[in-house]
Amino acid sequence: MRVLISFLVGGLFGLGLLVSGMTDTTKVQGWLDVFGNWDPTLAFVMGGAIMPMALAWRYTLGRKPVLADAFPAPSDPKLGLNLVLGSTLFGMGWGLSGLCPGPAIASLSFGGFGGALFVVAMAAGMLAAPPIRARLDQQAISV
Amino acid sequence: MPLDWIMGLAGGVLIGTAAAIFLLVNGRIMGASGIIGGLVDGSGRHDWMERAALIIGLVLAPAIATIVIGGSATHLTGNWAVIIIAGLLVGVGTRLANGCTSGHGVCGISRLSLRGIVATVFYIGAGGLTVVLFKHVLGVI
Repeated sequence: MRVLISFLVGGLFGLGLLVSGMTDTTKVQGWLDVFGNWDPTLAFVMGGAIMPMALAWRYTLGRKPVLADAFPAPSDPKLGLNLVLGSTLFGMGWGLSGLCPGPAIASLSFGGFGGALFVVAMAAGMLAAPPIRARLDQQAISV
Repeated sequence: MPLDWIMGLAGGVLIGTAAAIFLLVNGRIMGASGIIGGLVDGSGRHDWMERAALIIGLVLAPAIATIVIGGSATHLTGNWAVIIIAGLLVGVGTRLANGCTSGHGVCGISRLSLRGIVATVFYIGAGGLTVVLFKHVLGVI
């Protein structure tokens, strides 16, 4: 049942990304391009997505998930070098390509060779992260 | 209001509804980088079927919609070097930060998580500076 829910959630997520235009890299880069022809669409997408989730988080208070024992706690509650450096590197790649992980996967069927190449490179980057994270944790500073 | 903004809002509500269902039913955060990353590095071995099912849905639904309605394009750059470097940065960055636009952005901000908000400020800031530098200054993208 949890697997079926995951499948349906993935489908809805993918449709949302497609409908909102977030699989189109020109729209994403247009949002980041404040000195060019600025495109505010991404703010509407974020706003639209945050509304149901804010309601969902409120609903979780004092309750349990339907098919699990507990709601998730923050996986790594501290603000640290990993969060800041990681988000900065991610933002650089996002700006260069106009793709983040969700849309990169959602556009695989129509993204051509370039889209597949991006996903392979992204997977390689993900494999490189754990050792870097371990080193950063050793010299963690609180920001 | 331009049609793009309305479609953005409608698509956003679909994304948020998907995330809300995943949270309320499965008790999980719908973060794309975490779901993919757990499969890639093996840390999500115990629930790999749920991760794989979500990813299959994420690929399949837009694929079917594209066949039915037609005309989807990513307009991704044709520069392979840029694609590879960007992919590596997105992969390593999201896993170091433990989240991306969906995890930190949608799921984090809606929870008023300080981590989610800080991450979002940094990836949007870095993304904006990168576009300015590589598009307007260097003319690479």
